[in-house]
Amino acid sequence: MIYRETGQFKTSYAADQAIFPIAQDRLGMLVILAVAFVAVPLMASDYWLTTILLPFVIYGLAALGLNILTGYAGQLSLGTGGFMACGAFAAYKLATAFPELHVLVVFALSGLITAAVGMLFGLPSLRIKGFYLAVATLAAQFFLLWLFNKVPWFTNYSSSGVISAPPLAIWGETYVTGFEATPRAKYLFALTVVTLLALAAKNMTRLKIGRAWMAIRDMDIAAEIIGIRPLATKLSAFAVSSFYCGVAGALWAFAYTGAVEALAFDINVSFRILFMIIIGGLGSILGSFLGAGFIVLLPIFLNNALLAMGMAEAVALASHLEFMIMGALIILFLIVEPHGLARLWQILKEKLRKWPFPY
Amino acid sequence: MSGVQQRESAVQRKRHIGDVLLAAENIGLRFGGVQALAGVSFDIREGEIRAIIGPNGAGKSSMLNVINGFYQPQEGHIVWRGQRMRRMRPHFAARNGIARTFQNIALFKGMTTLDNIMTGRMLKMRATMLEQAVFWGRARREELEHRAFVERIIDFLEIPHIRNVPVGKLPYGLQKRVELARALAMEPTLLLLDEPMAGMNLEEKEDMCRYILDVNEEFGTTVALIEHDMGVVMDISDRVVVLDYGRLLADGPPEEVRRDPEVIKAYLGVSQD
Ligand SMILES: Nc1ncnc2c1ncn2[C@@H]1O[C@H](COP(=O)(O)OP(=O)(O)OP(=O)(O)O)[C@@H](O)[C@H]1O
Ligand SMILES: [Mg+2]
Repeated sequence: MIYRETGQFKTSYAADQAIFPIAQDRLGMLVILAVAFVAVPLMASDYWLTTILLPFVIYGLAALGLNILTGYAGQLSLGTGGFMACGAFAAYKLATAFPELHVLVVFALSGLITAAVGMLFGLPSLRIKGFYLAVATLAAQFFLLWLFNKVPWFTNYSSSGVISAPPLAIWGETYVTGFEATPRAKYLFALTVVTLLALAAKNMTRLKIGRAWMAIRDMDIAAEIIGIRPLATKLSAFAVSSFYCGVAGALWAFAYTGAVEALAFDINVSFRILFMIIIGGLGSILGSFLGAGFIVLLPIFLNNALLAMGMAEAVALASHLEFMIMGALIILFLIVEPHGLARLWQILKEKLRKWPFPY
Repeated sequence: MSGVQQRESAVQRKRHIGDVLLAAENIGLRFGGVQALAGVSFDIREGEIRAIIGPNGAGKSSMLNVINGFYQPQEGHIVWRGQRMRRMRPHFAARNGIARTFQNIALFKGMTTLDNIMTGRMLKMRATMLEQAVFWGRARREELEHRAFVERIIDFLEIPHIRNVPVGKLPYGLQKRVELARALAMEPTLLLLDEPMAGMNLEEKEDMCRYILDVNEEFGTTVALIEHDMGVVMDISDRVVVLDYGRLLADGPPEEVRRDPEVIKAYLGVSQD
């Protein structure tokens, strides 16, 4: 019966509850990490590092942040850009006001500040859902951008409204932000931050807090009856999500572009990241990165494909094509496979595991 | 229901029926013009199986919703272990071990069977968000501990084969079972079951009866259940409350209730042989 002694199963639960319970997945993760941390820095050109890989990992982190809120906790948000801006400007103010702060402290604090701001804008989620909540987060997007654009204090009274990331070193003279940092150093720094946060997200989403988020998403009434507090749970999702988006914004300003203005995080960014999680897969960590990779690579791929076909005016055509393909895919995924590329990958894996004997 | 009828009747089972665990006093509940409940009083004793019956729309589900704080009655009081309050609150109910299943299944559709049942352990977990993020110390220990407990429930309800299936993909009968599992994971003192056997075939009903009786006998879990199948009600319950149009029509042991002329007239009618 229920209380029977089952100590003998303990070891197998421990294995089953490990972060990557399946051996192939563990191996796959190790290969990906080895490629990302060793092979890429050795082989990729500066062009690849700065124009493709850095935006990819940073967008991946922002998409992961939004996915926690929207995919796991079911709270639709269009404020991602605003929260990224919040992280970028918080990091800038911290790094310029306290130059002696370590870069990791700057990033952690800007994440925490964004988390607090996110919770504030998450308060209406107790009362409103779906479309109306999306409108409320849209208000966050516009308000935050307006604030960073209009209040000169945030840019240290720069006349152009542009903030330039100061050089910060991870140790000694190894700079990881600003113009002094090499593309390789910036990439490795961003990759490390993103990897650690992705692992933390993987853990959170599969443990108590993640189950609470999904329970609220799937059936808030039943969740409440079980003892899950709706407001606290939704706010925790807003906090964690905003933390991730804030760190992504700080990375964007400090490690990717080096100098940004508030408008770099406009509503288009919010939509772009929303498209990433729709295409990549709602409620999937892998999906956040697949979606980010897809949307970062799509225009580059189209450009090159058209150029290879010898098309003149390729640039304009490519951007039209990009919109059409993205639009079609979003509709397709929303209707046919809300779990996106991540789900397709999973299906493929199942097939491979059973191949060549499907039964 | 032959399998169930072979069982000893409720009185013969050796169980301890204790003090009043929960009492409803004079509950009145309105939805606009609809009087869902009017002046309903009854109690539930520790360790008993209490059935709530009545025709469709009699207010049975509403009564359970009042008991676990989901509906707020306009009149009356709820007394929990001697503590009298205007109304129950869902969080208080959950903390005090009132668990519940729903008439139209309220599972977390996108989550696996295992995760659904694990949510029942939520209130017993203490690890902070940071500990969970690194899956270290308390977070890891708790997870394994509760997983082991949940596995015992999975074995008990004979559903190990669907452990990792998203519950949205399960057939109705199994979903009902997963919902019971989630409620049991809370180690409830009071288990509220809203038509746990509705829409089930005979075999599934017998299984469900067996689970309810086992839970009640082994752990002394108090059960309040709504059920339309009179065979089941007569068989497993200690006392029966009959509601009709939101009013309390009768309250007593099953044999007494089934002979009550009011009840026969209003509910059982001629269909009862
Ligand atoms: N949330 C609600 N809003 C409005 N009316 C409600 C609500 N819940 C219940 N009612 C009404 O209260 C009355 C009692 O409903 P309830 O669901 O409690 O009946 P029931 O005895 O469980 O019936 P059934 O056997 O069909 O499940 C019905 O008239 C119903 O329409
Ligand atoms: Mg009902």
